[in-house]
Amino acid sequence: MSKLTVNDLKKIKEDYQSIFTLRGGSYRAKVTIHMGTCGIAAGARKVMNTLMNEITKRNIKDTIVTISGCAGLCSHEPMATIELTEMGPVKYVDLNEEKIIKILEQHVLSGKIIKEYTLIE
Amino acid sequence: MGQHWANLLICAGTGCVACGALKVKAALEEEIKKHNLQDEIKIVLTGCNGFCAKGPLMIVYPDGIFYQILTPQNIPLLVEEHLLKGQPVKDLMYTPPGEKEPIPLMNDIPFFSHQVLLALRNRGLIDAESIDEYIARDGYLGVAKALFEMTPKEIIQTVKDSGLRGRGGAGFPTGLKWEFCAKAKGDIKYILCNGDEGDPGAFMDRSILEADPHAVLEGMIIGAKAIGAHKGYIYVRAEYPLAVERLGIAIDQATKYGLLGKDILGSGFDFEIEIYQGAGAFVCGEETALMISIEGRRGMPRPRPPFPAHKGLWQKPSVLNNVETFANIPQIILNGAKWYANFGTEKSKGTKVFALTGAVNNIGLIEVPMGIPLRKIIYDIGGGIQDRRKFKAVQIGGPSGGCIPESLLDIPVDFESITQTGAIMGSGGMVVMDETTCMVGIAKFFLEFTQDESCGKCPPCRVGTKVMLDILDNLTSGEGKEGDIERLEELAMTIRETALCGLGNTAPNPVLTTIKYFRDEYEAHIKEKRCPSRSCTPLLKFEVNIEMCKKCGKCVKVCPVDAIAWEKKQPAQINKEKCIYCKTCLRTCQFYAIE
Ligand SMILES: Cc1cc2nc3c(=O)[nH]c(=O)nc-3n(C[C@H](O)[C@H](O)[C@H](O)COP(=O)(O)O)c2cc1C
Repeated sequence: MSKLTVNDLKKIKEDYQSIFTLRGGSYRAKVTIHMGTCGIAAGARKVMNTLMNEITKRNIKDTIVTISGCAGLCSHEPMATIELTEMGPVKYVDLNEEKIIKILEQHVLSGKIIKEYTLIE
Repeated sequence: MGQHWANLLICAGTGCVACGALKVKAALEEEIKKHNLQDEIKIVLTGCNGFCAKGPLMIVYPDGIFYQILTPQNIPLLVEEHLLKGQPVKDLMYTPPGEKEPIPLMNDIPFFSHQVLLALRNRGLIDAESIDEYIARDGYLGVAKALFEMTPKEIIQTVKDSGLRGRGGAGFPTGLKWEFCAKAKGDIKYILCNGDEGDPGAFMDRSILEADPHAVLEGMIIGAKAIGAHKGYIYVRAEYPLAVERLGIAIDQATKYGLLGKDILGSGFDFEIEIYQGAGAFVCGEETALMISIEGRRGMPRPRPPFPAHKGLWQKPSVLNNVETFANIPQIILNGAKWYANFGTEKSKGTKVFALTGAVNNIGLIEVPMGIPLRKIIYDIGGGIQDRRKFKAVQIGGPSGGCIPESLLDIPVDFESITQTGAIMGSGGMVVMDETTCMVGIAKFFLEFTQDESCGKCPPCRVGTKVMLDILDNLTSGEGKEGDIERLEELAMTIRETALCGLGNTAPNPVLTTIKYFRDEYEAHIKEKRCPSRSCTPLLKFEVNIEMCKKCGKCVKVCPVDAIAWEKKQPAQINKEKCIYCKTCLRTCQFYAIE
């Protein structure tokens, strides 16, 4: 370790920002992947891993990801719910790795809902 | 590989570790590996979370779900259901007494939701052994501001304006203390931290040192700059090994980062800190005794003046502050005096940390805004009295404090109001007692402690507390005489006026407050040789009151020496030759039929 300057303190703080967003800090976006047995069987864990890799790669610090149980629509798994602070929750169905990246780019980062991936009731 | 989506924060305070938190951690690691989740989920050991009664405990983020009383056996289910399938496990959550539905989120649990965390802002949130995590929570930015943007005068003015008063007991204004020392002549000055924490039942300072040691270091660096000190000591009792260890780690890390030592952050300011381990004497928490102890001599108080601000450690101007006092400083410097003064009451600003223990349901460490009514602490945060018993008194301020009765529960918790009751704010011990606690007995308990811890230097404390204790001994063993109460009061007043230090001055407080609020209990001991709480063994008959006995036979089952005879539909009967007077039957009988 070398001696720090005030700027180094600020840099350390920034490096840890995503961790403290995760530990109960305020976040801009929350992604919930549905992970019941059915979700896992349909590939939800792959979707999850892709999403986490992408978040790391793009250095996104204000988004948290969590998992929940079966959403009761087993035939449409994998599913995810996106909540932005300025928008109500949106459910996406029949996900795969490609789709979750698109959702991250367009919905999470730019606030545009991708209608064709959503649950149409 | 992506970053972790979940963090598991396991409480590794002394209490939870004693209950097996590290075994729970090992089980979690194993189980997480089994499911190949180790790259997705991070386990963090934190300092004391506060809800000690429910340990070992763990918070699962990002959701903030609170799990309690964990054992390694619970872990496979928890990992599979929650961390793999996303279904939090209800059985391992907190359910309020008398209710059916658990409360999943930590912040919704009343124990937590009524608290305001300033001194404990990092508790249960950071890895106490990681300086980076502390820095990430604005750590050392207070030092940066104090060293680069503020003059010593401005620092002192800010602390004065914040209204912060010492958290070690007496509540002396911190800014004023710093000003006295800053103005004192001398080129060598010392800043000292009091982590002696000798009150029975108190563990506030230990928890801060274990959970957030850097906050204390940061407060000391800022204080050092304010008074012009270049050397500091932390006096901490050797009975706090984990606190000593974490402090040592913190000092090493801060030194490596250049936050302690020469030319801190390149500001030109030098400051170093040494840990001094005390042997655990209550009197060494007193400021002059503490300094004499650091000098390597037997810790005994000396008369003041001269005050430590002028002649302290090695006769040099010194400032001594409590652990919690220092832990508040960085945030005050960073956010300003006004921000801090928003919390609390007119004369008592900010928050206070209490170690809430005794007969309440939710035992633990709490931080509340000054001015909160006592009742709210005991019933909302503390969850009321255990086993549906009745509240009797709350003891505040430890051996120097006093017992506050039910009729005063609506007073606000601040320095002035607590002092008015005859108790003192003290450093934050808060022991709740129910109807089974004898008030004469509790006064005796605390006086035994102070009498034992008296250093013996001045006669009022050495002899006076012994005479008082002898009288209390008589009362609790059925030999009380008319006039004993008055004699106690007279002795108490004299000791209070004449003892050399705070230990003696305040030692009579537990006796005086119990006489003031529970005089009838004293009288019952003297006149009727009766202990109304049925707690003083020599005053008990160990007989079954046939009229009150419900003939249930419960006492028979619990008697360890089979001294109770009973047949169905018959009252129980105690064989006094066999009885060992352990009182187990008394405590078990719900009908108060054993006298
Ligand atoms: C017998 C006795 C024991 C004390 N024990 C402690 C203690 O354990 N911790 C503490 O901070 N102050 C203790 N004090 C108070 C200290 O003398 C001193 O007032 C305090 O550490 C100053 O810090 P503060 O202004 O931040 O409260 C004790 C005082 C007496 C008389």
